[in-house]
Formats: sequence, C-alpha cells, structure tokens
Amino acid sequence: MPKVTYIEYNGTEHVVDVPVGTSVMRGAVDNNIPGIDADCGGECACATCHVYIEPEWFAKTGARSSQEESMLSFAAVTQDNSRLSCQIEMTAELDGLVLRMPEGQH
Amino acid sequence: MTTDGSRIVVIGAGHAGGSAVALLRQYGWSGAIALIGAEPLPPYQRPPLSKAWLKGEADGDSLLLRPARFYADQRIDLRLSTRAVAIDRAERQVRLSDGAALEYAHLIISTGARPRTLSLPGADLRGVLTLRGAADADRLKAALGPGRRIAIIGGGYIGLEVAASARALGAEAVVLEREERVLARVACPVLSDFFTRYHAARGVAFELGCRIEALEGRGGAVAGVRLSDGRLVACDTVLVGVGAAADEDLARDAGLDCDGGIVVDGQARTSDPAIFAIGDCTRRPLPLYGRSFRLESVPNALEQAKQAAAAICGRPAPPPEVPWFWSDQYDIRLQIAGLPFDATETVLRGDPEAGSFAIFHLAADGTLRAVEAVSAAPEFMGGKMMIARRQRLLPERIRDTAISVKDLPA
Repeated sequence: MPKVTYIEYNGTEHVVDVPVGTSVMRGAVDNNIPGIDADCGGECACATCHVYIEPEWFAKTGARSSQEESMLSFAAVTQDNSRLSCQIEMTAELDGLVLRMPEGQH
Repeated sequence: MTTDGSRIVVIGAGHAGGSAVALLRQYGWSGAIALIGAEPLPPYQRPPLSKAWLKGEADGDSLLLRPARFYADQRIDLRLSTRAVAIDRAERQVRLSDGAALEYAHLIISTGARPRTLSLPGADLRGVLTLRGAADADRLKAALGPGRRIAIIGGGYIGLEVAASARALGAEAVVLEREERVLARVACPVLSDFFTRYHAARGVAFELGCRIEALEGRGGAVAGVRLSDGRLVACDTVLVGVGAAADEDLARDAGLDCDGGIVVDGQARTSDPAIFAIGDCTRRPLPLYGRSFRLESVPNALEQAKQAAAAICGRPAPPPEVPWFWSDQYDIRLQIAGLPFDATETVLRGDPEAGSFAIFHLAADGTLRAVEAVSAAPEFMGGKMMIARRQRLLPERIRDTAISVKDLPA
C-alpha cells in the first residue's frame, strides 16, 4: 500500500499506509495524526485540512480546483505549495508523498 | 500526562463523542477511555444522510468518521448498541442498559439532539419518518424513487436537502411550511426566496404559511396530509423535519443545570466540574456574541470536543471559533459564517440571479456579525475572518463587487 509521510509543525514524523482512492486528509484522520482538523469531513468547505506539499511532490498532486483555490486564499499562512489534503486522492504514483502541517488550522 | 487507572467515559458516539475520544489520545491521555453509543455503528458523519448518502452516492465505510479498527488501535473501549441509563455523580459511575456500571474520573456527555415529532392525528402512521440517524436515512431512501411522492413537513435545512435528494432520485416532493417562507428560523428573506425559487424550478412544490390538521392513512400507511383549509396533499411518505431538541434527560436526571440544552462554560464544563458536555446537547457561551445559545452543527461539536479534551488533558484552552454551517442542495453550496445576533442591517453582495452571492449582516455600529454565502467561498472565508476580528464594514463597499473580499475593510 502507498505510504505518506506527515510531518507535524513540531517536526514529529508519521509514516502511514494510505489506500489508493482514499484522500490524503483521511489518511491522517484515520491514523489520528494531529495537525489536520478536517472539520467538514472532506467537502472542501472549511480549509482546515491545509498542508504544505514537499516541492518535489507538488506537481504530482495535481491542480487545485477553483473552489480549493478560493478556500486556500483565506487559510492561515498559505504558501505556493499549499493544498487542501481532502482534495488529493491517493494514487500509486503518490507512494512516498511527504507533506508538512501548518502551525494551526484555525 | 500519565493517568493510568482513571477512566474517561463518553456517553454518545456521534460526531462530538467520536471526535473527543480521538483528541484525548492526540493530547496524550493514556488512561482508559470508554465510548458508549446507542446505535450499532461506530461514530459516523450525519451531514451526508440527507445528501450524498440518501442519493446512494456514498458507501457505508465513507460515512464512518474513522475506520472501525481505529478504536481498538487507540485503546478505546467502544460499546455500541448500548445506552447510558443513569449517571451517579456521588459514586462517579455511569450505569448502562446492559447492566454494567463504569466508574469515571471525567465524564463527557455527547448525547446530541432528538428530532421533534408532531402531536397530530395520524402521526404514528406507517411511512411517517424523521431523519437523524443512519437507520432513519435507510428507511427514507427506500421510500424515494420514481413514482413516489414525499410530503416534507418543515422547510428547514433537513427538509430542503431531502427535497433536493428526492428530486435527484426521481420522486415528487412537496414542502409544507408553517411560516410564510422556508428557512425562516435560520436564514434571511433573500436566501429563503432564492432557495424556494431554485427548488420550484426543479419540480419541488411548496405550501407556505399552511396549517396541518392531520395525517391521513389507508390501511395503516400514510396517504396524505390534511391542511386546515380542507385540502388534502396526497403522498406516500411524510418526513417530519421540524427541528430537534437537546437530548438532556440523563443530565437533568443527574441534577446538572439544563436550560434548553445542558449548560456548559467555555471549556465545555457542566455545573459538575468532573462532567463535560459537548455538541448538539449543550447550551454554550458564544463569546463573540455575548450570550449563550444551543448550536446544532458539526463545527460546534468539534470545537467543544477540543475544549473538553484540552481541559481534561491540562492543555491551554483553544481560541474561540466563529460558528459556521453549510448545506448542499443540487449544485448550490450554502455556507454561513457567524450568527445574525444584534444585526440591524443586511447588505447584498453579488446577484442571486447569477447563482453566486452573499448577504452580510451588520450591527448598528457596522460590526460584521454574519455572512450567508451562496456558492461564494471567498465571501464565506473572508467573512468568517472578519467576524472573528469584529471588523466594521461600510455597506457601500460590501455592495461593490469590484472590491475584493480581502480589501473590504480598507
């Protein structure tokens, strides 16, 4: 199963299996990894699953939709490599994905 | 924090309870945690029950808040199909429907809310449904399809979402509302009008300002709704969507302060310092609005789950959040930030005819109190931030869509 490395703001790393077809947000929630709140449950309605994708992986995660773009533009401390993790679906090509969490989601 | 030997009991395995147990582990609680759920399912998401789940677009596992294995992985003693029947505060014990008694160091009550029912002749006929849990949604789903006709009593969020889903499934839908407009309790008239027209254009019928005399049946099954003007609205299913009341019986029986919801403070603590209450069952302070209120929403459940878990684990209290709500109907996304308490002026931004607009609610001094955004994510997100900052805004700037949301305060 593909693996994803989630790095908390304090540097703690979590490497977990995320099944193909599952969102990167759910991978964190299902393993109780702190730092991703996901208030709306993956509807792209709240911007509380904001993550920074490691640059070498960013292009592989695909393009942001216009809804995601709007939500992100108001999230705390966005960067060029910001994504909402509920909008990234796990694929075999994303095996090894590394991402970092912002300081907070609210 | 080391607290082995002391147990946290959480009564109610909904969104609030299910989130609280996960956060307690994230925050380092190492002692025992028991989660008591009356339903046979592990904690699941309720919002899809009137939307994607009802339309058959989501499967069972996607509904779960976390996978079934999660609770064993996190050493959470999940007891399903089990009810708490009494709280003994002197002995710090919860008695369960299976006869067991669980001692607690801290108790979290997250019993949610119960749908209101009608006290009308025929209210107990077969085919008269409410919608709160997954079993309700399964019954409702079985009643919706081509050739079926549902009468929805109550034009609130649940009623309108079910109407949209019913149309998607090919059923006819009629909404019966006591007030002169839908969403009367929760949204402003511009929004009510927009949603009524949007639904009507998709085949939903409306009876506004109507009084219901009785539900009439044939062979024990509902066949129509009799209105006070004598007309019969024919249907084969009735959904009663007239709001919900806090499920506070356990708390009241245990002598905790209740007032249309279990009364809690800003850390979700009840009148007993060992007992917390979170989610739909609580009446909570709203620091931004200087009052207390009962909120029914997932973000509220999550915020209070954070408050209780932080208080129990000795972490700093999380900062207060702006209440928010969402509803999906057809291709519309409604997002509401804040509550229109003390608002004296509403300002429209954008054009309802274009399908994307927002209504800003201002207090007398111009402070932004709430934003209702229809398929307008920037207005929602920006509004939420400005509400938190108690930003004052000028109506003429809000109306000017050439000014970006971010620049509204200037």
